[in-house]
Amino acid sequence: MANLSVNIGSLSLKNPVLTASGTFGYGREFADFIDLARLGGYIIKGTTLNPREGNPYPRMAETPSGMLNAVGLQNKGVDYFIENIYPDIKHYDSRLIVNVSGASPDDYAEVCRRLDPLQGVAAVEINISCPNVKQGGMAFGTTCEGAGAVTRAVRSAFSRTVIVKLSPNVTDITEIARAAESEGADAVSLINTLMGMAIDVEKRRPCLSTITGGLSGPAVRPVAVRMVWQTAKAVKIPVVGLGGIMNGRDALEFILAGATAIEVGTANFIDPAVTVKIVDEINDYCERHGVEKITDLIGAINQ
Amino acid sequence: MTMTNSVKKQVLNMRVDESLVIHPLYTLLKLTPAAGESLPEILPGQFVEVAVPDAPHTFLRRPISVNFVERDSNRLWLLIRRAGEGTARLCDTPQGAVLNIMLPLGNGFTIPSDPNCKPLLVGGGVGVAPLLMLGKELQREGFEPAFLLGARSRADLLQIDLFEQYGKVYITTDDGSYGHHGFVTQHPLWEHCDYNMVYCCGPAPMMKGIARIASSLGIECEVSLENMMACGLGACLCCVENTVKGNVCVCTEGPVFNIKQLTWPI
Repeated sequence: MANLSVNIGSLSLKNPVLTASGTFGYGREFADFIDLARLGGYIIKGTTLNPREGNPYPRMAETPSGMLNAVGLQNKGVDYFIENIYPDIKHYDSRLIVNVSGASPDDYAEVCRRLDPLQGVAAVEINISCPNVKQGGMAFGTTCEGAGAVTRAVRSAFSRTVIVKLSPNVTDITEIARAAESEGADAVSLINTLMGMAIDVEKRRPCLSTITGGLSGPAVRPVAVRMVWQTAKAVKIPVVGLGGIMNGRDALEFILAGATAIEVGTANFIDPAVTVKIVDEINDYCERHGVEKITDLIGAINQ
Repeated sequence: MTMTNSVKKQVLNMRVDESLVIHPLYTLLKLTPAAGESLPEILPGQFVEVAVPDAPHTFLRRPISVNFVERDSNRLWLLIRRAGEGTARLCDTPQGAVLNIMLPLGNGFTIPSDPNCKPLLVGGGVGVAPLLMLGKELQREGFEPAFLLGARSRADLLQIDLFEQYGKVYITTDDGSYGHHGFVTQHPLWEHCDYNMVYCCGPAPMMKGIARIASSLGIECEVSLENMMACGLGACLCCVENTVKGNVCVCTEGPVFNIKQLTWPI
């Protein structure tokens, strides 16, 4: 067994495999299929200050090697999470990370302030990159000022690890990453979904109720790998990579590009046990290549 | 309330024992677990998610309702309509091939507690699929189910001989080539309806029409929805239906809903 442990700031993970927010529910939806304790950690559904109903149906369209979604952060709000969900999931022997969204920096900070006393919440992932909400969301992730303002607000409200999740829908993602780093982010994760659109030509209607949505799945992977590679060179904090990871090989591609940890998203919809298979495949790769610790592979591409 | 079971969900490789093209648009697959596992308990109305093998242009699993379970021979029946590329590949699965299937998913139709209940099962198109298993279960529980099944024409009627094993079958065809001429909503049985529980699965306009009739007659009515979905586990929140409780996942809170839970304009 290779040493797969990695650190994201002060947060230690038993392995680099996390789940992407919005693709893994609250973890318990997958408990029939996997032992959650085998994961480095799990990042749960985007949580907001107040309950949100999300966008109208249809919210999903299958596309070549991927899918568009426009869920719009449907969730019951942070207080509901704390009272009704957290007690049910805190016992999993894995790092629980809560993804947080908001319409203003104060919103984000308030959610984090309420989560801070929950010792089982090892980290927050700050979503400044949701393409499917009218207010906030991606608006903060597309400017350095917005990203900096949200990071600053959250930093003062949450005492443990803060990961800022970045949008790929920008001219230069490294500038946004640096803005988050300079305001105290412990890590950045990327990429959130790429904005896309699909049309039902028979009905001459957009496939999604919101017209545009976020593209995920293997279709986005080369874009994501490129952005992780660029960002890992631009910042000193750890980079968490995601975008279309379907197996161990894909995960290693991100690690070699410079990611310290990775998130598995859309693949969970196809194989609910894919995450633990990825852990095993990373270990197999390390043993096959004589790699004693996974951290030796971070950014280790030969050029 | 609709039925739920606490059976553990699982992913099974299942071998196609029979691949029967029963209509140019419909294939009936009969499958058994490839490694000899026992099928879990499956309720009428529940569904499965089938991975599409070697699909270059499709990506997600396909949700398919359970048509029937042969408990004695541990066999699962899936009646699949050739709707797009993914289901076309599933329809073309040859005998002996193995499909990767996640099951059992969702809730099931309510089996009535009142022994005097007279159930009517209304289906159209591929929506007849889950009603076969429901009919069998209702008969086994001592009820006398009747079926009202609609199709475009006589040639499009599916599994009628099987439905007749479990109860009286009323038929409508859009072109009048068999049974009553018209839609299931236009069948004369509604004029003097002595059924007091309606189960319905079919195209959305048909289900809304039936829901409207049931509601006006004061009859309990459950419908099975087929909203587009990805995960089937309540994680992606894509398949939501607006209900009196807000947006809920059809894959976990449904696919069966009492019409009183829905916000349909009826």
